[in-house]
Amino acid sequence: MVREVDARGLLCPEPVLLTKQALDALGAGTVKVLVSSAAARENVSRLAENRGWQVEVLEQGEDILLVLTKR
Amino acid sequence: MNSKRVLVVAAGGTLGLLAVVLVAMGNPANMGYCVACFLRDITGGLGLHRAAPVQYIRPEIIGLVLGAFISAQAAREFRSIGGSSSFTRFVLGFLAMIGMLVFLGCPVRAVLRLAGGDLNAGVGLLGLAAGVAVGVQFLKSGFSLGRAVPQQKGNGYLFTGLMVLLLILLLARPSFIFFSEKGPGSMHAPVWVALGAGLVIGVLAQRSRLCMVGGIRDFIMFRDAHLLYGFVAIFVVALVGNLAVGAFKIGFAGQPVAHSDGLWNFLGLALAGWAAVLLGGCPLRQLVAAAEGNTDSALTIMGIMFGAAVSHNFGLAGSPTGVPVGGQIAVILGLIAVFIIGYVNRPVAVKRGVSIGKGS
Repeated sequence: MVREVDARGLLCPEPVLLTKQALDALGAGTVKVLVSSAAARENVSRLAENRGWQVEVLEQGEDILLVLTKR
Repeated sequence: MNSKRVLVVAAGGTLGLLAVVLVAMGNPANMGYCVACFLRDITGGLGLHRAAPVQYIRPEIIGLVLGAFISAQAAREFRSIGGSSSFTRFVLGFLAMIGMLVFLGCPVRAVLRLAGGDLNAGVGLLGLAAGVAVGVQFLKSGFSLGRAVPQQKGNGYLFTGLMVLLLILLLARPSFIFFSEKGPGSMHAPVWVALGAGLVIGVLAQRSRLCMVGGIRDFIMFRDAHLLYGFVAIFVVALVGNLAVGAFKIGFAGQPVAHSDGLWNFLGLALAGWAAVLLGGCPLRQLVAAAEGNTDSALTIMGIMFGAAVSHNFGLAGSPTGVPVGGQIAVILGLIAVFIIGYVNRPVAVKRGVSIGKGS
């Protein structure tokens, strides 16, 4: 299962909240989160890591794609 | 501790230390650093309010923005963005300022006041936490001010440009600028010390994303204490510093630039906390975000300054003698206004993990 969250242009905590909803709904698998600020990147990464998800960070021009995976 | 945690503790600790130093070098007691107070002083310095004791162009604010701007540029994190309910943010900034000036300080100063032994600030911080907790319920039920979108790059530079202009006014001291001759506005550390302290705090705050309201919010929402470490670091370092220089005096009565009306200390910061959580951060964080190119945050700061002007022109602000009736009414109306703003911006459709916010 892959789920995508578009959190571009949202101020914290909204990116974290949307990611949390996606992680909770999925339990395991892959969640792709698109954010547009370094603060959102760090906050989403911290949430995911605290919950045992692996975080991969990919630069996409001005935006940042976070690929969260959990087996 | 991981590197991010070290950074947020370093940012808070440095702010706490510099606050004690700035007071020792001339700033008003327990006001080594206060975003609300300093923006109020700048508003007065520009003559937009005429409360004679609180007029000065505070270099701490200028330094903070310049530091955060340089840091954001160096880290390639500068983004010119805006358009997320801009005017609503202006209004929320305005309302938060009404509350902060009834309390007499922003969340940063609340912590510094507590570290100086001012127990009224403890009451204020309880109010702040209560306001944040209420705001969190709105966030959980879908409150959103919508997305900011990329803007033409020049937009993001305007706010920092304004700070450069303020620095020029501060140094040139033209006759149309107001500087207090007595009262808190007349008490200040040397310009270059205050500017330097601001620069350091600006860099650290930008790198660490230090935010007082965010700390309480993340703890309530996600049981994530990360930003609270910064909050605690400010308190601990300032407390130790105040004890070391003999500036610690515990109690409710006779505290510097403070009043002991518990109800309005509580409600003032409750209003500020509620508004700030809907804005996504405390005034300190708004300044940093504005320096990073967020024009919505720049407008929020303008709302805060408008709040300072209205507060003092209409006699709403608290003072050591207490909170005027007008200020009490303004806080109640402010709480009602934040409730309405929170309520009408609530329904956001969440479909398949993708938020379809207004403005997206």
